[in-house]
Amino acid sequence: MTIASARPAPASRLKVRPAAEARGVLVIIALGLVGYFVFPDDLAFLTRLITIALLVISLDLVTGYCGVATLGQAAMFGVGAYAVGNACLAGLTDPVMLLFVGMAAGAAAGLASGALITRFHGLPQLVLSIALGQLVGALANKLSGWTGGSDGLSGITPSPVLGLFAFDLYSRTAYVFSLVVLALVFALLLRFMRSPFGLLCRGIRDDALRARMIGAAVYPRLVIMYGLSGAVAGIGGALAAITTGVVGLDSVSFERSAEALVMLVLGGTGTLWGALTGALVFQIFEHFVAATNPFHWMSMVGLLLIVIVVFAPRGLAHGAAVLWARLRVRGAAP
Amino acid sequence: MRTILSIAVDALAYGMVLFIISIGLSIMMGLMRVVNLAHGAFAMIGGYLASYAVRSWGLSYGFAIVLAVIGTIVIALPLERLLFRRIYRKSDALPQLLLTIGITFLVIGIVNFIFGPTLKPVPLPGVLSGPFDIGFRMLPTHRLFVIACGAITAAALWYLLERTDFGVRLRAAVDNGDMAEALGIRTELIYLATFALAVGLAAFGGIVGAELLPIEPFYALRYMVVFLVVVSVGGAGSITGALAASLLLGLADTTGKYLAPEFGEFFFYLAVIVIVFLFPHGLLGRGALR
Amino acid sequence: MTDRLALHGVFKSFGGLHVNSDVSFALKAGDRVALIGPNGAGKTTLVNIISGDLRPTAGRVLFEGADVTRLPIAERSRRGLARTFQISRLFASLTAGENVSLAVMQRRGLTRRVLSATADMADVHTECIELLETLGIADLAALPVGQLAYGQQRLLELAIGIALKPKVLLLDEPAAGVPHEETPKILGAIDRLPPDIAVLMIEHDMDLVFRFARRVLVLAGGRLIFEGTPAEASLDEDVRRAYLGSYADARRTA
Repeated sequence: MTIASARPAPASRLKVRPAAEARGVLVIIALGLVGYFVFPDDLAFLTRLITIALLVISLDLVTGYCGVATLGQAAMFGVGAYAVGNACLAGLTDPVMLLFVGMAAGAAAGLASGALITRFHGLPQLVLSIALGQLVGALANKLSGWTGGSDGLSGITPSPVLGLFAFDLYSRTAYVFSLVVLALVFALLLRFMRSPFGLLCRGIRDDALRARMIGAAVYPRLVIMYGLSGAVAGIGGALAAITTGVVGLDSVSFERSAEALVMLVLGGTGTLWGALTGALVFQIFEHFVAATNPFHWMSMVGLLLIVIVVFAPRGLAHGAAVLWARLRVRGAAP
Repeated sequence: MRTILSIAVDALAYGMVLFIISIGLSIMMGLMRVVNLAHGAFAMIGGYLASYAVRSWGLSYGFAIVLAVIGTIVIALPLERLLFRRIYRKSDALPQLLLTIGITFLVIGIVNFIFGPTLKPVPLPGVLSGPFDIGFRMLPTHRLFVIACGAITAAALWYLLERTDFGVRLRAAVDNGDMAEALGIRTELIYLATFALAVGLAAFGGIVGAELLPIEPFYALRYMVVFLVVVSVGGAGSITGALAASLLLGLADTTGKYLAPEFGEFFFYLAVIVIVFLFPHGLLGRGALR
Repeated sequence: MTDRLALHGVFKSFGGLHVNSDVSFALKAGDRVALIGPNGAGKTTLVNIISGDLRPTAGRVLFEGADVTRLPIAERSRRGLARTFQISRLFASLTAGENVSLAVMQRRGLTRRVLSATADMADVHTECIELLETLGIADLAALPVGQLAYGQQRLLELAIGIALKPKVLLLDEPAAGVPHEETPKILGAIDRLPPDIAVLMIEHDMDLVFRFARRVLVLAGGRLIFEGTPAEASLDEDVRRAYLGSYADARRTA
């Protein structure tokens, strides 16, 4: 990627570079349009899909790029959602401002949990992530003054986006708003992961000792990445609160954390496209199958996970890339 | 005073259930170095089988336990051969998490398809269901039974590991797998036997603990992390560590729920965070079976 | 002139086992020193203590006159201490070029940047390619590390060390595990190291030691038993005795 060839970079490559981010935005907008026309009556579902995709992407930032296995990612999503819910009920109703509230709350939660979790490795690390997630869940249940307890927080009614586009019953505004946010976040993260900072994160994941030996302070980097991850998860939570008007205990649940991990691995860790693919494929299937019978759905997901670990350990995105490469080779041959 | 005693008995009973189920996982994680989130699924299978045996076949409680434990092992062994073996001693935890989450989901789906999505009690026999007079106080017999089961399990495991040939081999394999292999100990067989032992203990704990951890459709998911947490707090592979962790966490959870029920699992996980932070390798070291 | 690196009475024990006892020596700018000794003499432990991977039980490590005994690894690296490992440690999922550019960017303080793409940093790119060219592996820059032969990986590890522009470079058996026909490349690379760097090399291969070192330190049973020129070392009675006990080990290159 960086030093892609032995020759010095020709000047033209510098101009080509922003293309990756632009392509990301275009693909997401195109997918969004397809979704808009394929499921015109289900925009609420598509909006939800986007919020969860942000959670999965945020998880990829720590698990895929930094090698931190966590089963507590939903905590940051939920903290963002509850913060937005409270801010909105307190009178801050501008959706863009609310996004920033969710982002800040998520980032704070991410920094705090990252400071604790990334001090450890392996089992203690995993267990701490679980315990922190469960702790936030228990608190959300207990602090019903702020969270509505098991009833959840409802009546969140943000004002129109930019003062122009009111949130409608058919979720049109909600969907377009979410799509734009996703595209922007995705493009920024694509850029981020190609930056020196992003490269160093991948280096730390590969071999933390080697990274220290080139002078990199590992712990602060991981905490910062956790903060970034929390910010992205917080944006996801904020979108969920803004577009649905309610925040429930499910948004901080262990099940949501586990599901996010499943989606991430389904798509493939360590690439943003993998995270996005996993979130889309999983939720679209879930939408159709789980509605008929939740237990059949669980059996199918279980089987799918087993098949992936056994046959495609690097995820769907990678599998698809390999397949694509093979098809192209075959197509090029006479 | 009354409250303290009932908290103590409940906490001890709950801790013992955690111990019986978690100790198998602990030995497995110490030996095979596998983060197994499907352990609760085997406890769940045991519970469903026992419930079915008692309620539909009218078997006695004791006989149902034996049958359900054996049944669970029979169901689980093919999974070891086909799936679990692939993820032993992997440095990357992610495939282990996913495979075992997958197995858990599959078990939940299938069990509910076969038995239906309702709560499955394991009816207690008359001798265990009433109160028990300890002279100055009446205590629930079932709780005392569970505590006794836990104590017997701990003693039996101690004997197995310290006094039998299998135990010697097992400890050798835990301490140094390659060395054990070189000495002609067939680690693959040891793994299989350990897996069977772990699954059997999970099923046993699931059945006798059904009064405290009710057998319901999402059992395997609900308690998925609890057993892992106990093992982590105690230190993988340590019997005394698992016992200490189970009792400590059982106490934290029970006391918390008695005194501040609205906090739910808060105190349980707060205790976990503090202990893991202070003792990242568990209360009692790592690796060696003690 | 201040010593680049100095050890004062370093002890290290694991439990009751004394791995290093009272080790003291110093490196000056431009030094080419070989640290030799039979297997289990505590050579790698000593390098780990210098690099910060291990803390000594007693004694001090000075870097350019400053006490670094308690400094973390990364801080020592930033002051100008680099090392290679006995068994290559590289960033396995990155390309060869990325491995080196990461070291270059870290040295230049660029890894805090979050929104400028690495691919756009032409000067980093140029420096990496020049460095890889001097080591003769520039054509491999785009390959993932996993696709490199072991000898090439050793060269790449050396490249990472050089890319940090260190003041002191520790080489832990740079030729270990490399097929015989490829060792000349590594020797050549070591010959061409910038002359000002102080280099400490652990090595078993005496040919390599004679060719590289102007001074030899001999470690046996955790103690320094000899310090002098390679020629003197080969005549010294203590050194012979230390090696005789484990002659077979000393001949091993791995």
